[in-house]
Amino acid sequence: MFAGIPLLPEQASTLAADVDALYLFIVAVTAFFGILTTVVVIYFAAKYRTDDPLKVGARIHGSIPLELAWSIIPFLITLVIFAWASSVFFDLQRPPDQTLEIYATGKRWMWKFQHLDGQNEINELHVPVGRPVKVTFTSEDVIHSMYFPAFRTKADAIPGRYSSVWFSATKVGEYHLFCAEYCGTNHSGMVGRVVVMEPTAYEMWLTGNVSGGSLAQRGERLFSDLACNTCHLSDGRGRGPSLARKFGASEKLTSGTTVAIDEAYVRESILMPQAKLVDGYQPLMPTFQGLVSEENVMALVEYVKSLRTQDTAVSRAEAPEEPAKPTAPQENR
Amino acid sequence: MTVAAPRVTYLNHEHTVASWLLTKDHKRIGIMYLLVVTFAFFLGGLFASMIRIELATPAGDLVSADTYNKLFTMHGVAMVFFVLIPAVPAILGNFVLPLQLGAKDVAFPKLNLLSWYVFVIGFLFTVYAMVSGGVDTGWTFYTPYSSRASNTIVVATGLGVFITGFSSILTGLNFMVTIHRMRAPGLTWFRLPLFVWAIYATSLVQILGTPVIAITTLALAIERFLHFGIFDPVLGGDPVLFQHMFWFYSHPAVYIMILPPMGAISEVIAAFSRKSIFGYSFVAFSSLAIAVFGFLVWAHHLFVSGISVYSALVFSLLTYAVAIPSAVKTFNWAATMYRGAIWLKAPMIWAIAFLGLFLVGGLTGLFTAALGVDVHIHDTYFVVAHFHFIMVGGAIMGYFAGLHYWWPKITGKMYSDIWAKVAAIIVFVGFNLTFGPQFILGYLGMPRRYHVYPPEFQVLNVLSSAGASILAVGYILIAIYLVASIFWGEEAGDNPWHATGLEWTTQSPPLPHNFATQPVVTEDAYEYSKREIKVV
Repeated sequence: MFAGIPLLPEQASTLAADVDALYLFIVAVTAFFGILTTVVVIYFAAKYRTDDPLKVGARIHGSIPLELAWSIIPFLITLVIFAWASSVFFDLQRPPDQTLEIYATGKRWMWKFQHLDGQNEINELHVPVGRPVKVTFTSEDVIHSMYFPAFRTKADAIPGRYSSVWFSATKVGEYHLFCAEYCGTNHSGMVGRVVVMEPTAYEMWLTGNVSGGSLAQRGERLFSDLACNTCHLSDGRGRGPSLARKFGASEKLTSGTTVAIDEAYVRESILMPQAKLVDGYQPLMPTFQGLVSEENVMALVEYVKSLRTQDTAVSRAEAPEEPAKPTAPQENR
Repeated sequence: MTVAAPRVTYLNHEHTVASWLLTKDHKRIGIMYLLVVTFAFFLGGLFASMIRIELATPAGDLVSADTYNKLFTMHGVAMVFFVLIPAVPAILGNFVLPLQLGAKDVAFPKLNLLSWYVFVIGFLFTVYAMVSGGVDTGWTFYTPYSSRASNTIVVATGLGVFITGFSSILTGLNFMVTIHRMRAPGLTWFRLPLFVWAIYATSLVQILGTPVIAITTLALAIERFLHFGIFDPVLGGDPVLFQHMFWFYSHPAVYIMILPPMGAISEVIAAFSRKSIFGYSFVAFSSLAIAVFGFLVWAHHLFVSGISVYSALVFSLLTYAVAIPSAVKTFNWAATMYRGAIWLKAPMIWAIAFLGLFLVGGLTGLFTAALGVDVHIHDTYFVVAHFHFIMVGGAIMGYFAGLHYWWPKITGKMYSDIWAKVAAIIVFVGFNLTFGPQFILGYLGMPRRYHVYPPEFQVLNVLSSAGASILAVGYILIAIYLVASIFWGEEAGDNPWHATGLEWTTQSPPLPHNFATQPVVTEDAYEYSKREIKVV
């Protein structure tokens, strides 16, 4: 009956084996100390057992060397675990420079994914094997958590913030996608699957599911529908700053500080434009909070992102392209 | 012992209902806490049973999703706020602390009675919320779900927690002043029983931590009613702020739950090993270290909630630091048994069972503190198993060890030693079967708070549900033989365990004012070897 129960979930990402190795190391350490202490307690209980209630034990009050030993040795062991676990954590939190970008939103009770080429899917995520994938996401209502057990990674989807997970799938197949943060009635129904495909099959899937242009093109349409383009002129002479070649760079603010232009900053500038004003511009922009959905904000972000490489021939001649911004582990303020 | 003529005790000197409801006697107040907490325990246990029956099959076939969500929420609220936090301090602490100090009562007896009423009023609010529709936020009340989305009885439940918190603060204050001011002549700090040190450390956490949960629930109510943007991003708030504030109390609250049972375990292991506790001052100061460091680890609940990687590093390291004092205690308990004269009566069996379960609970904390592993196991059944091993395997087992140890003092009657040992073994086995499989389930990826789950997880869930039924039998058995002992138990005598400690020098049940004459202390705690009867 129990022979079929695995002790580890399927390893389907480059980091899954690293997490499992760390896990098994801690299992070994804790099993050693747990069994040792249990055996000692049972041995003492058996060896020194008496039924004579008037008998008393030996006159022993303690030992400083022993106290120091069993304080310091466990602490050193936990430091080893700490260092190893932190290094795995950094790997889990820091995606490589070149990733396949996917946007997602969590809302009760579904996950909606938006691919850059315009494909949308709900509670399913198609990704190619062997290529690092970074999912950037937020929530439209309460907190959710995007969890891929086979990839050993998760992150909370927090309304008002961008979070991300990254993974590089190693095995073609279908794996669980769970919501791990309790979100109400149908929390346990907010599940789906991630479909890992051979690159050629993935390309076929992509071409078979195109609907109405790329995400950036949708963002561009929104950019004019929402009249963003009346102020954000590309030559920089508009009432708002030009957005060309801005993403990944940094911007000086009226407060005197500078801010890195990343997904979270673009999102904040759309929804709360007065929060961080670019130096030299007036606080004229109205808020789009409530007027544009998180999905559309992501399309706009992707459009702004796409502007960083426009008219590259000119910009490359004048100045070397901005180095790819090392992606911050958390896109939170 | 010969059958004595009826003696005056705290139980029989007055009989009216008013003499109980208006009592200022710490012993009677302890009994009144025992009744309410036991009721809450069986209520929480009933919810747990329904959860485990539902989870015996992958489909959601016993109750609806909304009902399931209310069940685990009310299980958590009842168990955390009305069982685990008050169990040892308010029941055993109230009864035993003044006796151990050689005092007539606590420092503020009227305040002590008020604390009980505040506790009961808070409990009634919560029970009202449960019967008038229930609450479905999880006991953690995370925003913005609790402040915006949930349409259940959130505020009444929160108010119950808010009110009960004041009982906890007042009890902590009362005990702290009692320990400072009411010690018998000669009872210096380093002669105190370790239970007193544990209660002192707990009081510190209760006084400093509980106001934060009060503020947090108040802020939640303000947002829910007045739409003040505190936690809800739509209103300009920050949902993660709630998690910081909630865990700033609720992590130290784990130490409110576990420190007093640790103190009780120190008493039991010393008494039944007939020895001084090994490394007295290390055990005493480890309680204080846990209380202080316990305030510095709250964000380890937020490793995947969008905190910066660097703050995650700091909180992971501090979490390992707080694990060390617990390890030190465990090693000292084991060392206390070395060359002891170990008398395996029921309380000692419960204490050994505590050691086994607490070890698992403590050691699995090394997994959840490890950043690279926690990303995977956070919010899975691994965490559920881990904290049940600490809060039930540790705190509740320690509570039962203490209750069995002091029961003859409280009631004057002795329960069946055999049945008490049988119950300890049933609970130990049932507990491991319930929560052991959940570690594997969690690592396999099953998220917590799931009403419906993928069929591949069923075998482990069935094992867990089977374990829960064994556990339920164990707990009901305890209630049966303890109640039976009141009616048919043998007279216990003043000191049935031949233990040291001032509580054993007075009669059982004690006099209304504890001691016939003011006790004077001339030796350290646990000086069994000075008895020089037979040394092994």
